[in-house]
Order: sequence, then structure tokens, then C-alpha cells
Amino acid sequence: MKIYDGGKIFLGLLVFVALATFPFTYNMVMGKGTKAPEPKTDTPAIQEWEKVNGKKECVESKDFMRKEHMQLLNNWRESVVRDYNRGYISTTSHKRFNMSLQNGCMTCHSNKKKFCDECHTYMSVKPYCWDCHIQPEEKEEAKS
Amino acid sequence: MSMDRRSFLKIAGISSILGFGASVASATHTIWQKGLEPPQVDKNKEALIAKRWAMVVDMSKFKTDEDVKQVITACHQTHNVPDFRNADGSVNKKDEIKWIWQASYERAFPGQDNKYMSEHMKEMPFFVLCNHCDNPPCVRVCPTKATFKLPDGITMQDEHRCIGCRFCMAACPYGSRSFNWRDPRGTNPNGEPFIKNENKEYPMRTKGVVEKCTFCTERLSVGKLPACVEAAPKGGLLFGDMEDPNSEVRKIVTNQYTIRRKSDLGTGPAIYYIVGGSDHA
Repeated sequence: MKIYDGGKIFLGLLVFVALATFPFTYNMVMGKGTKAPEPKTDTPAIQEWEKVNGKKECVESKDFMRKEHMQLLNNWRESVVRDYNRGYISTTSHKRFNMSLQNGCMTCHSNKKKFCDECHTYMSVKPYCWDCHIQPEEKEEAKS
Repeated sequence: MSMDRRSFLKIAGISSILGFGASVASATHTIWQKGLEPPQVDKNKEALIAKRWAMVVDMSKFKTDEDVKQVITACHQTHNVPDFRNADGSVNKKDEIKWIWQASYERAFPGQDNKYMSEHMKEMPFFVLCNHCDNPPCVRVCPTKATFKLPDGITMQDEHRCIGCRFCMAACPYGSRSFNWRDPRGTNPNGEPFIKNENKEYPMRTKGVVEKCTFCTERLSVGKLPACVEAAPKGGLLFGDMEDPNSEVRKIVTNQYTIRRKSDLGTGPAIYYIVGGSDHA
């Protein structure tokens, strides 16, 4: 079987594939987009917690928080604003936590850049928490 | 590939059961259940609770401008209320955000003024704020339930849910609601931030939402009185449970003559004003 203009067709296809996959190959070669995010949980408050309690623990298990924190925060907000509930009792540690983003979560996770933004930027999600809530003050890293 | 009807139905049946089962299983995860219920969540032990929060305003207790100013400052400071000013330092009336502010008798109690009133009464700047009505028109018109009634009588506002339609502003007969026409985090033409000394324990708002006085629900739940009440001279602003016959506010409202703003509209405002009396007849 002979393909008319086979050379041109295959060359064209090759160019098309190269162009279409350029964003992926570019990132692979440059190594920027492929680097998995590494959120840090090493703030002074968390280290202090680890010292006192013997382990790092959040409101719920790490897996759960990773997957469901957005829903958890939504439920917290409803509960705080509409039912006056302020305390959340963990299903894992049975400790009581203050249901508050600014006065709860961020007192431990005071490293918004390395904790929140690390993944959110990678996943290109833009939660609007900080449009209103005041983020903890962070020292600029001494790199620049 | 050919398949007889029997095996096709078997496969279809099994896969739909699996699919349905998986969705049910994920939906029963605790966090997806609707709302958080005790004992998963609880209230603070120190929280102040009431059946019906209400306030009594006694303007005679405010002797100086300073007394008045510190109340407004305390409220706006606590809640990160922006101070929009023009380049010349005058208040930008169009964009102004108000939680508690002042109005003349004529404005606060329209229809109850007369031309023979004392100048003192006419010019006295009454504190006005959200009236936390029994039957709030703002709640009725809100399409997203962003503003709603709490069981203790407070008309609450959830800015997360506000879509900025401003129906509530049109509905409120007291002008107690303010729309964020601009980002409160900006700076005025002189380069000063709209919010000075931000309170890090309270959020700000964003452009496009409506806000108002919340009777300091966040302070009540940690056992504190509203910021304005705390900042006012003793007895100037009284806050308490109107349903409790022994509360101070109830005793005043029962024993003294008080008026409410536009009560003839049937909204059932919960801010009571002591007007007249011995101090300024």
C-alpha cells in the first residue's frame, strides 16, 4: 500500500504531536511543573505540640485533612456562624479545637506560603479565604 | 463480540449496584453529612446566652464628644471596619461602611419630631445601629440566606454567602447595611490604609459583600459583651436578655418610657431608646 504524500503527512503529524505535547514536555525537561508540592508542617507551634503530645496531630487524620479540609472548613463555618458552636471535637484524638480559620488553623499552621499555597498553586486552585481573612504574618525567606 | 441478553443484563446489573454502592458509601462519610451536630461540636462554656438579646441606649450618659467617639472607634476597630476618606480628609459618604453611627432625632425617629422640641433634643446625635428586628425585612428578601435570624434574636450576616445583590439594603428601613463598593484593604489617596491597626482575630470583608452590626456574636461566644457596650460610659449602652424579667434591659423597658425606631413598620426593633428624662428634659 502506498500513502500519497506520505512523507509530508507523517512530518505534519510529527510537528502536530510535538506542538500539542509541548507544554508537558517543556515542563518535564525544565522540571518545574513536575515537582510535587511539599507542604511543610514544621512551624514552631507544631513543633511545640509535638514535644508536648509526642506526635504531630491535626484536627483529624492527615489523610482526611488532605482530602476533605475544604468540606471540613465549610461545615465549620456553618456551625460557627449559624449555631454558635465554637469547639470541634476530633474523631481521632477527641481533643477540642477552636473552629476558626484565623484563630484556629493558622495559629499552628502559621506558614501559609509553605502550607496552603504550596498545594493550591500546584493544583491551580484559588480559594478566596484570604480575600477577607487576615493571613498570619510571615517572614520573607532570606533567599532573595 | 457477541453477548446474549442474559449475560448483558448480569453485567449491567452488577456494575450499577457497584456504582450506586460506592456513591452511597462515600456519601455516608461523616464529613459529608449535612451540618455538624453535638457532640461532634459544642459551644464555648463561657459563652453568654439569651433568649432575646436587646439593647437600651441612654444618650444622657454620653457627656462629651469623646464618649461618643470611643464607642464608634471601639466597634469599628474590633470589626476591621474600613474608614473611607477622600483626599481632603472628609468622609466618603457614598462608600462609607457603618456598623454603629450617629443620627439626629429627626433622622432617627422620623415623624416623632415637632417644631417646638428643644434644640438640645433636636441636635442630640443618637446612636443608631442594626435593630436586630423580630421580623427583619432584610432576612425576608435575602435570596441566599446570607442574612438570617439566630435563635437568640440576633440578625446575623454570613459574608461567605453574600452575593452582593443589595436587596437587604433596599429592604432595611434603618439604613443599617453597607455595601463594600471598594476593597477595604486598599489605601486612601493619601496612602493611608482604610483599616488602621487591624484586629487580627476578626476577618475583614471583600469588595462586593454587604455587612452590618452583628451584636458582636463572636464576643458573646467567648463571654464578652459587645465592643460598643464595653466602650460606652456606664449605663450609656445596656445589653441584655429582654426575655429575662430580671435583666437590666427588661427592667428599664418595663419601668421607663422608651421608644424604638420606626416601630410602626412592624419590624420589631430590639434597640430601645431612653429619650427625655431627668438629665435632659
